This record gives sequence, C-alpha cells and structure tokens, in this order.
Amino acid sequence: MFVTAAYAQQSTTTEGAEAHDAPAAGEVHTETGVAHEAEHGSGVFPPFDSSHFASQLLWLAITFGLFYLLMSKVIIPRIGGILAKRHDRIAQDLDEASRLKGEADAAIASYEQELANARTKGHSIADTAREEAKSKATADRAAVEADLTKKITAAETRIADIKSKALADVGAIAEETATAVVKQLIGGNVTKTEIAAAVKASAGN
Amino acid sequence: MSNDPTHQFLVNKIVPIEIGGIDFSFTNASLFMVATVSAAAGFLYLTTSQRGVIPTRMQSVSELSYEFIASMLREGAGSHGMKFFPMVFSLFMFILTANLLGMFPYFFTVTSQIIVTFALAVFVVGTVILYGFYKHGLGFLKLFVPHGVPGALLPLVVTIEVISFLSRPISLSVRLFANMLAGHITLKVFAGFVASLSAFGALGIGGAILPLIMTVALTGLEFLVAFLQAYVFAVLTCMYLNDAVHPGSH
Repeated sequence: MFVTAAYAQQSTTTEGAEAHDAPAAGEVHTETGVAHEAEHGSGVFPPFDSSHFASQLLWLAITFGLFYLLMSKVIIPRIGGILAKRHDRIAQDLDEASRLKGEADAAIASYEQELANARTKGHSIADTAREEAKSKATADRAAVEADLTKKITAAETRIADIKSKALADVGAIAEETATAVVKQLIGGNVTKTEIAAAVKASAGN
Repeated sequence: MSNDPTHQFLVNKIVPIEIGGIDFSFTNASLFMVATVSAAAGFLYLTTSQRGVIPTRMQSVSELSYEFIASMLREGAGSHGMKFFPMVFSLFMFILTANLLGMFPYFFTVTSQIIVTFALAVFVVGTVILYGFYKHGLGFLKLFVPHGVPGALLPLVVTIEVISFLSRPISLSVRLFANMLAGHITLKVFAGFVASLSAFGALGIGGAILPLIMTVALTGLEFLVAFLQAYVFAVLTCMYLNDAVHPGSH
C-alpha cells in the first residue's frame, strides 16, 4: 500500500512537470510523437514516457561521451600498445630463432662442403695412384713387348739366314751327289756345268 | 505495485535539475549510465595497468574484447574502417556492460529505454551519413544504386534502398530495446509466479517449482541475450560503417 501511494504521488509530480515542460519538449523531440500520445493515459508504459527523454539524452551524452574519450585516449592506445609490444616481441623471437637456424644450417652446409671436398680429394688421390700404376704397367708391358718383338725379329732373321744358307748348301750337295751318282752309274765324266743345270732344272720342277 | 513487471523500467529522479524549463534531472537511469561507464572503464583500466607481455586472466579478457571488436570491424569494414575502432569498441563495451549490469536484481537496465538505444542508433547512422558525405561527397549516394540493375527497375530498387537505409536507426534501436525489455519482463513475470504461488501454502510451494526452474533457465538465456545483443549492435554498426567507407560496393 505504501508503494502504491508513493507511486501515485510520484506520478502526479511527473505529470505536473510534463505539463510545465510540454512546449519545450515538443519542440526538441519531434520523433517521440508516439510516446506523446501515450503519455496522456495515466498508466503510460515507462520506457515510452517522454518526460524523462531530455534527461536521458543529456546524461547519455555526458556518460557515453566521457566513456568514448576514455576509450580512445587511454584504454585503446594502452591495449593496442600491449598487443603491439607482444607482437613485436614474438616477431623478434622468431627472427632470432630463424637467425640461429640459419647459422646452424650454414654450419651444416660448411660441414657437408668439407666432407664433399675431402671425399673428392680422396677420390682424386686414389685416381692418380691408379692412373700412375696403370700407365707404369702399360709402359712396362710395352717395353717387354718391344724387347720380345726385337728378339723375335732377331731370331727370325737368324732362322731366315740359316734357311737360305741351308737352301744354298742343298744345291751344292745335290750337285756333288749327282756327280758322284753319275760317276758311279756311267763312270764317265760329266762337266760341272751340266750337272748344275740339271739340278737347277729338277729343283725348278 | 512491486509485482508490476514494468515497474523496473520506471525512471525516478534522484537529483532534480531543470535548465531552461527542460527537465535534466539526475535519475536512476543516469546513475546506471554512470555505473556502466565506471564499471567498463574501470575494468579495462585496472586489468591492463600491469601492461604484461604475458597477460593475467583479467588482462586477457580486456585484450580479447579488444581483438574481438578489432577483427569484427576489419572483416566488416576493411582496414579503412579501423578509424572507427574507438567508436565501435565504446558502443560494444557500453551496451554489453549496461546489459550485464541490468541482470542484477533491483538494478536499472539502461538499454531497456527506447530513447537510449535510439540515441545510440542515431549516433551510428549519423556518423555513417556525415562521414559518407565528407569522404565521398555526392558519390556517397551510389550507396542507393546497386550495380547491375536494369534501368527499368532502378527507381523501384533505389526506393527500396532508401527506405531500408532510413529504417536502420529504428531497427537497430528497437532490436536492442525490445530484447532487453521483453527479457526482463518475462523474467519478472515468472519470478512473480514463484512469489505469488508460494503464498498458497505447501501445495503452492510445490507448484512454484516449475516457474522457478523457468526463471533460472531464463536468467541463463538473458545473460546470453545480453551478450548477443551487444554483439549484434556492434556487427551491424560495422556493416553500416562499411557503407560509409565503401559506398556502392554491394
């Protein structure tokens, strides 16, 4: 009951104020026409009660304006700064990490390079040694072969000499034999030139 | 009278102020505007005072809300829209805090007043119009002429575009206002059932369990709505600002 009485009293004071403010409020807030019509009823729906619109607008402007200023001048630069700082820090750490990774990669690459160098050097040493040995062997063989060829040629010449000498001797032996045979058979003397011609003719056959 | 579900939306004078015959009294609505601003600004200020590279839990809440709005605005209005970041951030934090403060029993919900939400919506649309004309001159009017519309249909389409643009401050403000108002009335009605039913003795108390469960569930829903409506308001603000930054891009 107390609440009802208080409410009634308050609503009368509000209505009084409305009556007083009506022209001014009407001029300022034309968009609240619906609420103006509604407020003539006693049980006006509180959110549509236009008597407090001016006060609401003023205090909203003050509080929200202040809030906006605080946000744009203090809070947003601050949070933005924190985030930027963190972002920079992370970027810096990532840079450092990538730099270290680069160094490690370079070390690995130089190690690989050294290894490859050593390997090629080893290969080249082995190759030279092999080449040397091979060329020496070839040279030795060539020398031996040349020596052998020389010896073979010498032997062949000697054989040819002996052969030709032997063949020459064969003619003389045949003549002697033929002379002796002819002497034995016919007892007559045959001239040396005749025998030689006969041997040559038979040898030619 | 205390069971009247609309009683919670009454504006009462605390310090009567009258300037030039207009009532500018400091009311309970004004008090809760101050409370909203103090709570939001105080939270953001105190949690970030350490400026830690590794954030505390509370600091990461502030950072999260900053990045949430920043990514929302960047997606909605592009990098050119980032100059409106303080505006969208302030709107979001103000509405969210006002909605959440309104969830406390006996607290006044600032955003349940149509004039407040309407003023915020007019602020948004006014910014769009002023910045649009300032930046693009009459080129801002391309906003009302979509690409690839045949000439015969153009007058009709432009009319529809103009009407939809003009209805933005209304839809933006009524959406927030109506959600807060309806939610609080429903909560009050169901909570009122609990009180009035339990006045009927043991049977009444047994019967009051159902509306009690309903009240608990609705309270959870209202917290969701409190966040969701602040989010929706901020998203739509970003979309409207996109029109000011890039008119004729849709």
